[in-house]
Amino acid sequence: MAWFKRQNKGILTPTENKKEAPDGLWYKTPGGKIIHMRELKENAYVSPDDEYHVRIGSKEYFEILFDDNKFTELDKDISSADPLEFVDSKPYPVRIKQSQEKTDLKDAVRSAHGKMNGLDLCVACMDFSFIGGSMGSVVGEKIARAIDYSIKKKVPFLMISKSGGARMMEAGFSLMQMAKTSAKLAQLSEAKIPYISLLTDPTTGGVTASYAMLGDFNIAEPGALIGFAGPRVIRETIGKDLPKGFQSAEFVLDHGFLDFIVDRRQLKSKLTTLLKMLK
Amino acid sequence: MLLEFEQPIVELENKLAGMKSLAEESDVDISDAIKKLEDKIVSLKKETFQNLTRWQRVQLSRHPDRPYTLDYIYEITDDFVELHGDRTVKDDKAMVGGFGNVDGQTFMFIGQQKGRNTKQRQMRNFGMANPEGYRKALRLMKMAEKFNKPIVTFIDTPGAFPGLEAEERGQGEAIARNLKEMFMLKVPVICIIIGEGASGGALGIAIGDKVLMLENTWYSVISPESCSSILWRSWDYKEQAAEALKLTAPDMLKNKLIDGIIPEPLGGAHTNLKAVAEEVKKTILKNFKTLDKKSVDKRIEERIDKFSAMGVVK
Repeated sequence: MAWFKRQNKGILTPTENKKEAPDGLWYKTPGGKIIHMRELKENAYVSPDDEYHVRIGSKEYFEILFDDNKFTELDKDISSADPLEFVDSKPYPVRIKQSQEKTDLKDAVRSAHGKMNGLDLCVACMDFSFIGGSMGSVVGEKIARAIDYSIKKKVPFLMISKSGGARMMEAGFSLMQMAKTSAKLAQLSEAKIPYISLLTDPTTGGVTASYAMLGDFNIAEPGALIGFAGPRVIRETIGKDLPKGFQSAEFVLDHGFLDFIVDRRQLKSKLTTLLKMLK
Repeated sequence: MLLEFEQPIVELENKLAGMKSLAEESDVDISDAIKKLEDKIVSLKKETFQNLTRWQRVQLSRHPDRPYTLDYIYEITDDFVELHGDRTVKDDKAMVGGFGNVDGQTFMFIGQQKGRNTKQRQMRNFGMANPEGYRKALRLMKMAEKFNKPIVTFIDTPGAFPGLEAEERGQGEAIARNLKEMFMLKVPVICIIIGEGASGGALGIAIGDKVLMLENTWYSVISPESCSSILWRSWDYKEQAAEALKLTAPDMLKNKLIDGIIPEPLGGAHTNLKAVAEEVKKTILKNFKTLDKKSVDKRIEERIDKFSAMGVVK
């Protein structure tokens, strides 16, 4: 027996009276709990139940790091050209345009300078939502210029990596961004300006094989996938399943390639402590 | 082994050989016919090799008879002392190196090494170095710097090895460190792509004052096959991928991503090792002469500026 009986069958509310719940107001944690976005944001986008670090972009990282979310963005109008006239399933310029419209970003990296707990800091932060955070000429150029800024102003440089690797549609140009950014980091190093590389989920391919691994301090977020070759490629190469936790931040720390893993909620204070020691 | 587009040429060459032996055995004068056939072979070769598609060049770069790093080293040097090991893990046989003398000048030679037969290929891991290979290369480069000897690297790899241990030992870190360190080397560095130049695995020994490609090689961020499998979701679009990637020496030169092209004999490097090695030797000595005249600071500055200018944005 039902508790109550439906008297009129079907949905009677007209469409125009339907109440819209805006998208992205709620977040479902990997543990299955539903939490409000505001709660997640106040927790530095770390899911409160299981410490899961939700993938976020430059907007959120700048908000977390810069005092009062105040910063000056560098080179914000640079965008991709199409030097190779690359076409796969669609022409590269179309892909760029669609990504720009979808993400409201110019490309896969944003750079800015500002204060972090009163300390000057220059940050370049990748956006995975833009073609998988892939590295093309724009990414390389913006990082190179951000490093130039750090050298000129003698300000510590923080790189936040989050990328699937090189951008195939820029082929040879993309490859040379690894060289370009490494050249700039060599100069930064000569100038004895601190470079902190934060590796977040995921950091793979040419990004790992260049600037992401070149920090004076290589640090990572918990659980981030970090590697040179992707897990699928390695599985195909060795013909076996990969051990649990392979290429996780904890695995990479254990093998000696990271200085420490930092919870995003402590990121700002830990970076501040570290940079103060180097003053 | 013959590539598809080599077949018609070799058929004519066999025919020519037959005619020549016939001419020796009989009294009939067929020298006119022989001359005609010889001309035909030359023009067919020219036609074939001057109109290679990008994919055909990729095939040539992987030709099983193509000269490898040690072939060039032994052909070019008067004396060569091979050096082994990264002093940490082991000796990576996919990366070779050592001091060699060329016309009285000592160079440090470093390069990826492929194998000629199944056993060798296994030993050389198909020219795919592990982190210890890149660290071995860096150790040798630092030694060259210490003794003030110029460096020549030969690039020929289908990529850095994507294995389990390679990840454990920091493949990404090893390549990254080489990129950074090579920019600051105080001695002249000349890099030559002699076969395949695949991605970070190639770049890991390819930061130089002069980066040159042999005529029938490729250099890009990914192989045409892998590019096809990722962007077209099938292995069948390798020809299109090769075209799209613009990965040949003329493409790379046009885009100012390399400094020059070393010509190969007509028919490809594998048809005449002596000739191509001579060309490589000449190129090394010529470039060393100009680089050696510059001050250390000037060389490093120009090296950094050159790579910093690469990329197109708007």
